Amino acid sequence: MNPDIFVTIEHLRGKVSDISYVMLAAARELAKSTGGKVLAILLGHDAQNLAGNLYADQVLYADHATLADFNPEAYQKILVGIINEYKPRAVFFGHTTIGMDAVGGISAQLGLPLVSSVRSIGADSKLISQICGGKIMAECELPESTALITMVPGDYKPELGQSIQSPPVSSIPVQALDGLRITLKQYIEPETGDVDISKEPLLIAVGRGIQNQDNISLAEELAQEIGGVVCASRPVVDQGWLPSSRLVGKSGSTVKPKVYLAIGISGAPEHVEAITGSDVIIAINTDPAAPIFNIAKYGTTADLFDLVPALTDQIRNNKG
Amino acid sequence: MNIIVPVKLVPDLVEELSIDASGTNLDTAWLRLIINEFDDHAIEQSILLKERTGAHVTVLSTNVEGVDDLLFTAAAKGADRLIKFNGDFDSGVNNHALARAMANILKDLNPDLILTGVQANNDLDGSIGPLLAEYLGMPYVGYVSGVNVLGNIVSVRKEYPGGLIGEMEVTLPAVLGIQAAEQPPRYVAISKVRQMMKTINIDEQDLTGLDTLGGPIVKRLFQPEASGRAMMLSENAEEAARQMVAIFKELGTL
Repeated sequence: MNPDIFVTIEHLRGKVSDISYVMLAAARELAKSTGGKVLAILLGHDAQNLAGNLYADQVLYADHATLADFNPEAYQKILVGIINEYKPRAVFFGHTTIGMDAVGGISAQLGLPLVSSVRSIGADSKLISQICGGKIMAECELPESTALITMVPGDYKPELGQSIQSPPVSSIPVQALDGLRITLKQYIEPETGDVDISKEPLLIAVGRGIQNQDNISLAEELAQEIGGVVCASRPVVDQGWLPSSRLVGKSGSTVKPKVYLAIGISGAPEHVEAITGSDVIIAINTDPAAPIFNIAKYGTTADLFDLVPALTDQIRNNKG
Repeated sequence: MNIIVPVKLVPDLVEELSIDASGTNLDTAWLRLIINEFDDHAIEQSILLKERTGAHVTVLSTNVEGVDDLLFTAAAKGADRLIKFNGDFDSGVNNHALARAMANILKDLNPDLILTGVQANNDLDGSIGPLLAEYLGMPYVGYVSGVNVLGNIVSVRKEYPGGLIGEMEVTLPAVLGIQAAEQPPRYVAISKVRQMMKTINIDEQDLTGLDTLGGPIVKRLFQPEASGRAMMLSENAEEAARQMVAIFKELGTL
């Protein structure tokens, strides 16, 4: 079998996503044990320049007008052709809005095994996946036939998948992409809020633990006393308690404040990946096993409904 | 319009999770199951479409503990038909096997649209939506947070990082992986759920041909070893607040 490891490069509106570099780093690790090379697969239109800093032994580049933007159906068609032709040992996809839309259909169409949420490559090419909101890790053997893998960030720094030397790029033929049942009509830009949380130095973040909309005021009062801005994890925004401009996480903003105070946030991977750039994370959560404590510098299991008002009072008194 | 919503029960992550003696499964003795939150959003989106277009909504799930409550709750929200699948789910059925087996039954229900949660917290072989789509020969778009029916196509809002939305058109029949409904899942009173128990029937169907092909073979499960661990402050709120004030001062934010 071909020992090479393939990586599906993800890019959005002319920029390679960090997960692509994370995958290249993981693929390099896996290629050490399979004895193969690392090949990047780049699908796009006039996008050859995106190959420039990929840490890969070779880039297979497919150019077609339809590939200018992500289309799950077009990606599946092209990638099925590539996998059938090369039969690599493994193919990486991001565990993302792009990779997850493409990989399932490929797996089902080709009858290839799929291991999802892989975070790191263990000894003897074992795949270590992160499940149950980061509370459980699963170790699996690399499946025997071409293995499809979706990757979550966390264990490999994107820099490890970047190179100052441009890899050789080979153009590959693209089959017809007519009759697609999915079309991108337009992009809708994110709502711009009153503040840009990605630039704020002090964030007071609330999660599911805040329980209801009325309790958001506890965080707002604290934010006002300490001079911070309130933001939230997904459940709070989905409930409509805060606008989406305040969303921190995979589909919201990535933040890098000096201090990130996480109130009632469990620390699901989709949230954690967006806050790891914070200087100091302080977490308040009554569940001592909450994954947020694994990345926080300081933590407490005190009840937020007692602690947050107490903290607000003390800061107010401290100033007075 | 005929909408099918396959949903599943997943471990409640608020509870402590433990691993059984085999080392390859969660210990189910103490496991509390709740509806996959994304499936809850898929149900909500289907009911919103029913309200707008008069669609017929069928909610279905595998027959595990808690499924009746889940299905009756869906009926109380507005689902028209409930189905539970009987089968051997204890040995850890993966999404590939489930999707293959379910596709055979779903075909006969003639769906125009299948809505399901974009993922579940215990997925280890990808999410079920794109697998179902492929086995049924339908297109799939996931990470969807809004759906509009326009004749024989749907216009969907697909989420990208940073709050960007891709507006996509998908020809029906299709499968969509729901990230969030257009509004939060509605609450229904327990009394209404109880009323459903008396008035609506749960159809049962056997799910056959379940196997383990397509998914990974788990060697072991383990709790993550934290690379770092937070320095824990007092459990007492007043004391923890004092400690935090000191930390904020040290960090120069006060």
